[in-house]
Amino acid sequence: MKSLEELLAIKEKAQAQMAARDADGNDGIRVVVGMATCGIAAGARPVLKAITDEIAKRNIKNVAVSQTGCIGMCQYEPIVEVFEPGKEKVTYVQMTAEKAVKVVTEHVVNGKPVAEYTVGAVTE
Amino acid sequence: MYRSHVLVCGGTGCTSSHSGELIDALNANIKEKGLEEEIQVVRTGCFGLCALGPIMIVYPEGCFYSEVKVEDIPEIVEEHLLKGRIVKRLLYSETVTEDAVKPLNETNFYKKQHRVALRNCGVIDPENIEEYIAYDGYQALAKALTQMTPQDVIQTVIDSGLRGRGGGGFPTGRKWSFTAANQADQKYVVCNADEGDPGAFMDRSVLEGDPHCIVEAMALCGYATGATEGYVYVRAEYPIAVQRLQKAIDDARAYGLLGKNIFGSGFDFDLFIRLGAGAFVCGEETALMTSIEGNRGEPRPRPPYPAVKGLFGKPTTENNVETFANIPQIILHGAEFFNTMGTETSKGTKVFALGGKINNTGLVEVPMGTTLREIVEDIGGGIPNGKKFKAAQSGGPSGGCLPASLLDIEIDYDNLVAKGAMMGSGGLIVMDEDDCMVDIAKFFLKFTVDESCGKCTPCRVGTRRLLEILEKITSGKGTMEDLDRMEKLCHYIKENSLCGLGQTAPNPVLSTYQFFKDEYIAHVVDKKCPAGACKDLVTFSIDKEKCIGCGICAKNCPVDAITRTDYIAPGHKLASFTIDTDKCVKCGVCIGNCKFKAVNK
Repeated sequence: MKSLEELLAIKEKAQAQMAARDADGNDGIRVVVGMATCGIAAGARPVLKAITDEIAKRNIKNVAVSQTGCIGMCQYEPIVEVFEPGKEKVTYVQMTAEKAVKVVTEHVVNGKPVAEYTVGAVTE
Repeated sequence: MYRSHVLVCGGTGCTSSHSGELIDALNANIKEKGLEEEIQVVRTGCFGLCALGPIMIVYPEGCFYSEVKVEDIPEIVEEHLLKGRIVKRLLYSETVTEDAVKPLNETNFYKKQHRVALRNCGVIDPENIEEYIAYDGYQALAKALTQMTPQDVIQTVIDSGLRGRGGGGFPTGRKWSFTAANQADQKYVVCNADEGDPGAFMDRSVLEGDPHCIVEAMALCGYATGATEGYVYVRAEYPIAVQRLQKAIDDARAYGLLGKNIFGSGFDFDLFIRLGAGAFVCGEETALMTSIEGNRGEPRPRPPYPAVKGLFGKPTTENNVETFANIPQIILHGAEFFNTMGTETSKGTKVFALGGKINNTGLVEVPMGTTLREIVEDIGGGIPNGKKFKAAQSGGPSGGCLPASLLDIEIDYDNLVAKGAMMGSGGLIVMDEDDCMVDIAKFFLKFTVDESCGKCTPCRVGTRRLLEILEKITSGKGTMEDLDRMEKLCHYIKENSLCGLGQTAPNPVLSTYQFFKDEYIAHVVDKKCPAGACKDLVTFSIDKEKCIGCGICAKNCPVDAITRTDYIAPGHKLASFTIDTDKCVKCGVCIGNCKFKAVNK
């Protein structure tokens, strides 16, 4: 170890890997993927993978990705819900890995929900 | 990038309740479900709540599963990790609220705690140096080496008010300044991890859960005092701690955080482990250094103090594990971070190992000045089975007891000493109404008699004679003169022994005698043990009116001391039993087996 910068670089890299462990103090965005049998059958796993990969790739902090059970709208699976503190949750339906990446870039990063994928748009 | 982290406690407590098998089962089940790229299983250090082990936390939800069994793993993986449904039946009961999971640090056990020395225990993977670095690891060393002079470092430690956590309570910064002031071609840093007090295990937990903080702190101490070599003297009975510390040292060397020219500052420091020789006295600083040198671990008179003539005759700074564990935080956040916690004379926090008759056995770290009542009742969850608190033994075989009347004492170094106890290393053994205080004093004294190294007479012979007096008392043969002799002998041993072991050995006797004189007198005058713990003073008998004649006691009696009589109590069908007190060995098996509470003692 020759310099403080070197140490800080390791710190930053390792911190990103460990971000998920900040549950207690996490006041950021929560992305929840429906992972009941219906969700998994409809392809929720690649969606989940795409979300975590995108978050890692963009080194986004303070975002927790977790799963949940069946929400009850099985025909619209895979379902992804985004919870922002102080805002109404946004429910995305019939997701794919590509759509999931867009949700991360548009909604999670830029704060603009992707209206066309939301449950309201699809069921109309 | 893992979306979920499963932290499993790999401290000694949970490892002995099979947390290693849990990790294997977790990995196997995660693989089977194809989740190995999404979920990371981490073996951490101690979470503190050892009574509920094995313990597991799943992030990002922060679910705290307690008393997990291998059979539960498939359910956790299938339900929680795969489908995201929390397995409520395995959650620590206090964290379950109606619709949500309560964060762990809002539970009673964790709420009042403030973790400085234990901050990374149960949070990071102790075998992964990068996780330590992620939590500000080695930042303090970088700051000191690049921005501070050795004198600055010492001044910060002095200003922080940190005092030695091993028992003595000597101001750490002053200790460092003494070594720094002595010129020599070689100086040393020694970490005392020879944790020998019965019931204390905080040093082990720090080494197991956060070994890098000791490496960093010792390097800081080396920089401050001008030492280039350090030794960690750790008990051979702590295999997990030794292994993790060795890995930490190896990794630190590989990352250039130990070795030559650290952070390009020109400062060299390296660290070595020495295994303890297995004797309690080796935890005494001069005996410890003698033992590191390869000689028999015996203390020597001070002065000269180690700061002048220590290891290999060179100036040496010796601190305990918990003391070192506070150092990186103090250097990183400044003296005010530390000295704003605690009381006037005792700053910061202290780790206590809670044991004995207490619901939440485990490790707790609280600010100095927290009352005994808060530790026992709020954090410790009170006494099991609705029994009454009788006393807490603080400081192990060198300490004393704190009776119920002192429950509201604010715990710090000076308050404890004023009451005849001492902080010691922080073992806190809780006793209830079934514990006999004379018996407790005898227990601790037996320990010191066994562990006295034999070098000086007051300790070698004095403690033995003292034990004989106590044995005389607990066997019902004591006299009032014995009590006087006992007290006198205690003071004699304290005043004349060579090292801390002998100087403090009579403390348990003196303090129990001070607070529970009536119990000593009951043993001597009435020949009775009020708590029913001293076997020689207890007789077992069967209440013939209550006995229904089932005979379970007789069947289980190991010496066939229980036989049937001719008497049938009114309302019962079978003849009652009786105990032959000549044959009875007072093992108590009959009491435990009688459902009708017919056996008395």
